[in-house]
Parts: sequence; C-alpha cells; structure tokens
Amino acid sequence: MVVEMNETKGVAMSTPQPFSVNPISRAGGQLKSRGQSPGEANAGSGAVETKISASGLDFYYGKAQALYGINIQIPARRITALIGPSGCGKSTFLRTLNRMNDTIVGTRVEGAVEIDGENIYAPSTDVVALRQKVGMVFQKSNPFPKTIYENVAYGIRINRLAGSRSEMDGRVEAALRNAALWEEVKDRLHSSALSLSGGQQQRLCIARALAIEPEVLLMDEPASALDPLATQKIEELSLKLREQYTIVIVTHNMQQAARISDHTAFFLLGRLVEFNTTDKIFTAPDDERTEDYITGRFG
Amino acid sequence: MSAAISVRTPSRQALFTGDLPLSIATGAAVLVIIAMLVVILLEVAKGGAGTVSWAFLSTAPSKGGLAGGIWPAIYGTVFLVLIMTIAAVPVGAATAIYLHEYARADALLTRLVRTAVANLAGVPSIVFGLFGVGFFIETIGSGIDTAFYGGSLFYGKPAIIWAALTLALLTLPVVIVATEEALRAIPREHREGSLALGATRWQTIARVILPQAVPGILTGSILAISRGAGEVAPILFTGAAYYLPFLPAHPTDQFMHLGYHVFVLATQSPDVNAALPNLNATVLVLLVMTFILNITAIIIRARVRARLRG
Repeated sequence: MVVEMNETKGVAMSTPQPFSVNPISRAGGQLKSRGQSPGEANAGSGAVETKISASGLDFYYGKAQALYGINIQIPARRITALIGPSGCGKSTFLRTLNRMNDTIVGTRVEGAVEIDGENIYAPSTDVVALRQKVGMVFQKSNPFPKTIYENVAYGIRINRLAGSRSEMDGRVEAALRNAALWEEVKDRLHSSALSLSGGQQQRLCIARALAIEPEVLLMDEPASALDPLATQKIEELSLKLREQYTIVIVTHNMQQAARISDHTAFFLLGRLVEFNTTDKIFTAPDDERTEDYITGRFG
Repeated sequence: MSAAISVRTPSRQALFTGDLPLSIATGAAVLVIIAMLVVILLEVAKGGAGTVSWAFLSTAPSKGGLAGGIWPAIYGTVFLVLIMTIAAVPVGAATAIYLHEYARADALLTRLVRTAVANLAGVPSIVFGLFGVGFFIETIGSGIDTAFYGGSLFYGKPAIIWAALTLALLTLPVVIVATEEALRAIPREHREGSLALGATRWQTIARVILPQAVPGILTGSILAISRGAGEVAPILFTGAAYYLPFLPAHPTDQFMHLGYHVFVLATQSPDVNAALPNLNATVLVLLVMTFILNITAIIIRARVRARLRG
C-alpha cells in the first residue's frame, strides 16, 4: 500500500515545508507491506480476535488520576503501538496490563481490564499466573547479575517449566534463538550477563521474557536507550515475534511506531484520544490532536 | 604570534581558598588516625611481642595469669563470637529484609521497629550486661531449670549461651543497618524484572535480592564480630570467668575471654608489674585476631562482589 504524501489530508501548513513532517514519509514514504489485506488490518473487525480489552479504566496514583476512562480493544498477534507525549499515561496503561502497578504503593484501579475475556483485576486473579502469560520488557535493560544462562533459566525455574537439565538447556536455547541472540552468546552461556552490550542485554531480557512462553509481550520503550543498529535489530525481532505473540509497545519514537506496528493508540493527558490502524493514524487521523502530535506541532 | 604558555601563580588568597588547604587538612586527619593506630600497635608490641610464642598461645595460664599461656581465653573468645554470630546475623538480616521489602514505610509497626533498633544501638554496653543477667539468666534460665530440670541450677547461672545472646542483642543494630544499606543499594529494576516474570515476592528476595545483598550482610557481620569480640562489659556477669580448668563444651559452661583476661590482669593481678608482659601479649593477640577476622571477611566480600560484577 503506497501512500501519496502530497495528498495527505489535513496537514495544513501556512508556509511550505522544506521536508515533510509526516512520520510515514520520514520512514521512507512507504508503509511496509505486512502481508495482510487492508480489510483485515482494521481494528476491531471480526477477522482478528481481541486479546486485551480495557473498559472504563481509571487509574490513580494516590489522589492523582493518571488514566481517564480508557476503552480499547487490542487485537491478538498484532503489534499495537502506544504513542503520546511524555507523561500522557501510555507507560502507566501498559503496566496495568500485567498488574505491575501493584508494586507501587498507593495505586488504585477502577474499571476492568480483560485478557481473553477474563477480568485481571478480579479479586480471584492469580497475579503470578497473569505475569507468566503477559511478559514485559523494560525501557532500561535489567538483566540479573547472573550468567546469561541463569538469566534465561530464571523464569523457567520459577514457573517450573522444565523437568530435567536437558529440557532446561533446550528451553534456554529456544528462547535465545527466538530473541535472535543465540548465535552471539552460544559459546559463552556461562559468562556474566553484564558483559554483554546494551543491545544484547535488551535482547537477553526479551529472551528471558519469551522463555516462560507468554501469550502477550509488553514492551516499554525497549529501544530508547539503544543505538540505531541495536534498535533496528529489536524492531526486526518484534516483527518476527508478531507471528506468535500479541505485542504492545510503548514508544515515543513515532517513526518506530510507523515502521513496525499494525495499530496505534494515541494517548494524551491520561486519555485515549484515538485508536486505529497505523496507516490511518499516520495518514488520515480523525482527531485534530492526533494530527497535531504526529506532525510535530507539540510533543 | 607565538603561543606562550602562561603559568598563573596563585595569589595569596587563592592559597587559602583553593583546593590545597582542603587536601592538606584531610590528609592530616588521615595521618593522625594512622599515627594513633601505629603508636598503639607499637606500644603493645614493644611490651608483649617477646612473650608471644607458640607455647603462650597453646597452654593454659598458671600462677594467677602471671605465667603460662592464654589458650583457653582464645578458645572461649572464638566460641563466644561464633554463637553470637549465629544468633545475630539471621535475626538481623531477617529484620532488615522485613523492614525494607515487606513493611509499608508509613505503617505504625514499621516505625516502632525502626525506633526500637535506633534506641538499641544507643544503649551502653554495661546495661546490656545487666539486662543479660536479669532477663536471660534469672528469668529464662531459671524458667528452663524449673520447667525441664526440676529446679536444679543448670541454665539459671552465667553461661556462654547467655553471654553470646547478650552480645548478639548488642550487635543486632549493626547487622540490621548494614543489611538494609545493602538492600537499598539494589536497583528497583531487578525486583521489577523478577516480578514481571511471574515470581512471588519471596522468590524475588531469595533468588535475586539476597545473593546481591551478601556483600553488605557480610560487612554487617564483620562489624558485629569485631565489636562483639572486644566488648567486655556485657559478658562480665553473664558468663566470663578468670580461670577455668576446662574448655567450654556445653552451652551452660562458663568460658575465658581475651578481653576479660586483660581486664583482670590489669586490675586484680597480685603483681601488676610482673603481669605487664602477659598483659601486652594478650592485647596483641586480641588485636591480631580482630585484624585477621576483618581481613578474611573483607576478602570474602571482595570475591563475592567481583563475581556479581561479572
């Protein structure tokens, strides 16, 4: 699907711009073909099931409200990007999906978040099982000060997924292959994880998350601390993982969102302003605020 | 124009307000401390190094401490410190883990515990000794005797177990503070990373946090041991003896102690001048033991740190 930049609706500039500020054109003027028909890519259509849905989600840090009535349906086995300026609540929303905000004292949730139809904020929810199903990769890579092998094996051990040493070895190798790191570390599995480069450490954290066989992968600005080459590797990895996992990625890099995501949600000041296919958001957004953000009027 | 390198000569004012005075002042402070340490060591060594020999270290004292050796005192000190460490370190570490990982910072119980620890640290050591007599010996010891031994005097008298527990109480705040410092130094991301993988809080603590906190806990243990090995007031009434014909083997036994031995030699010896060589020698042995303990623990801590750093 090729988009003609000159006919982009709504980019009303008083003076001619020397370069296009639209992230799509900055990403090369062409949206990557994602191997699916436009009809299938529409958010919420019957062809793709909903993996995660939030309805009327309010979130409070103590007395301060951070999220206001979020309603969203995130489709399965697609990459959904959450974009928005700093402090808009996208990371907060991401962390509600695996209840990581529970670790912060004084937070409160109202409304419901459902994964596969089950409300994860119900009193009977097993948070440990939830976090095995919904994995998370953080902005700053946080490998444990253990060996590479032990880092990946940690989640497997905790969740008791491997019965024998050989099964554990197999799972560790599979996770590292899945994270496109195996070739680089296979000869030094028992050296410290801290001896890896930043990009490798982040892929190790992804491998660690994949090792416990989640269904959803939450990524909170995974490449923001990495150089462009490492970022590219992470992005390629995300595209590859999309076949198996539902991926929700927070990014403040709009070009990145345009490059890899199928759907994009735009957050502003704790509210979900617009949620649609990436193509639509970046070429013909419905809301004026979305348009202002992606054209760089603020942010 | 050639580029001339100009050297600025410091003005008189700069001499007093620049970095130089600060370096001199802090350097002088370090020198003073090292000098004091060296002077003490030299004095002690001068008086007692000649007396220290293998025989001195391995035989029991005789003639009221004026002759013979100090082996039972060495044994008693080591045994005492061992029991003290076993009692203090797990309880102290567990308290610190509770305070830092589980307790809500603003809860009443948390504040009570922290206040108690702070106050415990400020109690004079002789008060610990009296507490040891009143609580451990008279109350708990007698209680055990009445309950299990039909009233005969078994636990309700000065014993190494009570002295060790008294010392453990004394050094508890040190262990707690050092452990909490170690826990605080571990970045939040490690806890989050572990929880995000589906670990419970206890699994996170046991598998991720504690291994990293080991150097800090070791530091606390070192400080506790050093303090405990040297304190005499708490053990005065709770178990130390001047002369025992046997080595302590049972928790109810009394024991000899290097620090206590020095105290008695210096104050209650029949001939203080004749006792001086033995006195200095005992002090020297005590100091060397403390140094060895510290250095061993520092080496262990450095090794563990290096391993964690990768």
